[in-house]
Amino acid sequence: MSIDRSFAYRKIIDRLMLGLTTICALLAVALLLIILGYIAVRGFSALNLDFFTQLPKPIGEPGSGIGNAIVGTLILIGLACLFGLPIGIFSGIYLAEFGTGRFGTALRFLTDVLTGVPSIVTGIFAYTLIVLPMRRFSAIAGGVALAVIMIPVVTRVTEEMMRLVPRSLREAALALGAPQWRAITGVVVRSAIGGIATGVMLAIARIAGETAPLLFTALGNRFWPRSLDEPIASMTVQIFNYATGPYEEWHRQAWAGTFVLVTMILIINVAVRLLTRSRHGTAG
Amino acid sequence: MMTQTSLGKTRSIVDAKQSGHEASEVMVAKIETQNLNFYYGQAQALYNINLSIPERRVTAFIGPSGCGKSTLLRSFNRMNDTIPGARAEGKVLLDGMDIYRPGVDVVALRRRVGMVFQKSNPFPRSIFDNVAYGLKINRLVRTRAELAERVEESLIAAALWDEVKDRLQASALSLSGGQQQRLCIARALAVRPEVLLMDEPASALDPIATQKIEELISTLREQYTIVIVTHNMQQAARVSDYTAFFWLGKLIEFGPTDKIFTRPEESMTEDYITGRFG
Repeated sequence: MSIDRSFAYRKIIDRLMLGLTTICALLAVALLLIILGYIAVRGFSALNLDFFTQLPKPIGEPGSGIGNAIVGTLILIGLACLFGLPIGIFSGIYLAEFGTGRFGTALRFLTDVLTGVPSIVTGIFAYTLIVLPMRRFSAIAGGVALAVIMIPVVTRVTEEMMRLVPRSLREAALALGAPQWRAITGVVVRSAIGGIATGVMLAIARIAGETAPLLFTALGNRFWPRSLDEPIASMTVQIFNYATGPYEEWHRQAWAGTFVLVTMILIINVAVRLLTRSRHGTAG
Repeated sequence: MMTQTSLGKTRSIVDAKQSGHEASEVMVAKIETQNLNFYYGQAQALYNINLSIPERRVTAFIGPSGCGKSTLLRSFNRMNDTIPGARAEGKVLLDGMDIYRPGVDVVALRRRVGMVFQKSNPFPRSIFDNVAYGLKINRLVRTRAELAERVEESLIAAALWDEVKDRLQASALSLSGGQQQRLCIARALAVRPEVLLMDEPASALDPIATQKIEELISTLREQYTIVIVTHNMQQAARVSDYTAFFWLGKLIEFGPTDKIFTRPEESMTEDYITGRFG
C-alpha cells in the first residue's frame, strides 16, 4: 500500500537526519575536547610553582615564570570593571526603564553594533585617546580598551535581566510611596542582580582572553607592575610574545600560559553555570 | 451639598436621600470624582464619572471585564501614571483636594492611598523586610524597636502574625498564595494609609484563602476607607457597604449594597445582577 511505503521512506529519512545531527554534535564536542586536551598536554608539563610566582628570566636561567603577567591580567580586568561596569550597568538600567522612545531604540542599536567591533579597533581607539595624550603606554590605557569591549555586553545583559523582573514588583514599590529611582534601584535592580552578575562574569571571561587591544595600550612589561601609568604585562600578550619568539623554552611557557588562561576562563564559565542553577527566589 | 470642615477644605456629603438610604446616615465622601474622563492614548476608558466614595466604608466596584473598574481604582492613587499614554481629564478629590492638579506629590499621595494588587507581588526578600519596606523608604520610624513593633502591628492587622511570627526572616516567597496576599495587605497597612484600594484581591486564591481575606476586610472596615474591585458579585454582596456598577466605562448605578442587589433602580443593573449578561 502506498501509505506503508511512504511511511517506511519517512522512517529512513528520520534515522538519517538523526544520525547526521548526532555526528555533527559529536564533532563539535570532539573539536573542543581535542583543543583542550592538546593544550593541557603541551602546557601542563611546563607548569610549576615558579611559573606562577616568578618574573621572566633571561634564556638559560631556570625558574622563569609569568607571575607578573598573571597579576597584570588581574589588574587590567579590575581597571576594565572600574571603568566599564558603572557605564554599562547604568546604561542597561536606562534602556530597561526609560528606553522605549526613539533615543532608546537608537542606543540599543548602537550598543549592538559596538559588540561587534573588532577588538583591535578598540585598541586603536584607546591608543588615540589615552596613549597619545599621555605619551606613554599604560595599564590605564589597557583598562580603557578592555572597558570599551565590556560596556556593550554589560549594557545588554543588564537590560535583559531587568526586563525579566515582573512589572508587578515595580508597581508594588511605587504603590507603597517609593519615588521612581528608589523603586528601580531598590527593588528591580536587586531582583535582577543575580542575572547581571552572571553577565558581568561572562564579560570578564571574554576580556581576559583579549590580546589585540592590549598590544599597543598596555604594551608589556618584564617586571612586577609598579604603577598604573606604566606599561603592564598581561597573560595574553605574554603568550603572544613567547609563541612568536625563537626559543623552545619560550614556546613551552606559551603553552603553559595558554593552559592557565583557558582553565581560568573555563572555571569562570562553569562557576556561572553552577551559580545560576542554585539561585532561587529572585526575579520571576 | 457642600460643607466646610474645620480645616477649611470643602467636602461634599453623599446625599443620603438620593442613595436611597432609609436611616438618616450621612456619609462623608473620602474620594470624589468630578466629570472624570480617562484615556489610554486615543481610546477612552472612562466616561464622565461622578462618584463619591464614602469614608470608612467598604465600596465595591462591580461590572463585566473591561468596563473600567480597575482603571478608576488606579486613578485614585495615580498608578495609571506609570502607563505611557494614560491621561485623566476632570477631577479626583481626596478630602476635597484634586490629586491631578499640577504640583501634587504623587509619592505622598500613594502613602495615603495604598493598594493591593490582584496577583500578590511580595518582594523577593524576607517577610519582615517586605512589611518594613514602606516604613523604611518613607522614613516613618526612627528606631529598630519601633520598626519591629510596626511590622508586628501590621501583620496582626492582616491576620498573618500567628502564622509567621516564628519565621519573620524566611523568604516571603515561601508563603502560600493566600498568605502572600495577606502579606501584601500587611505591607500596605504598615504605612497607615487612609484609603485601601484592592484590585480583585482574592481572584487568584482558593475559597478558604478568599474567606480569610473577606474576614480581614470586615475587621478593617471601620478604620479604613476601602474600595474593592471584584468580579465576584457574591463577594461584593458579602463584603461591601456600598456598590458601584460599571459598564463599558460608564457608571450605571451607585448605592448601598443591599439596595443594589435587591431593588436596583436601573434595569441594566438588574440584568447584570441576575446574570442575564456579563
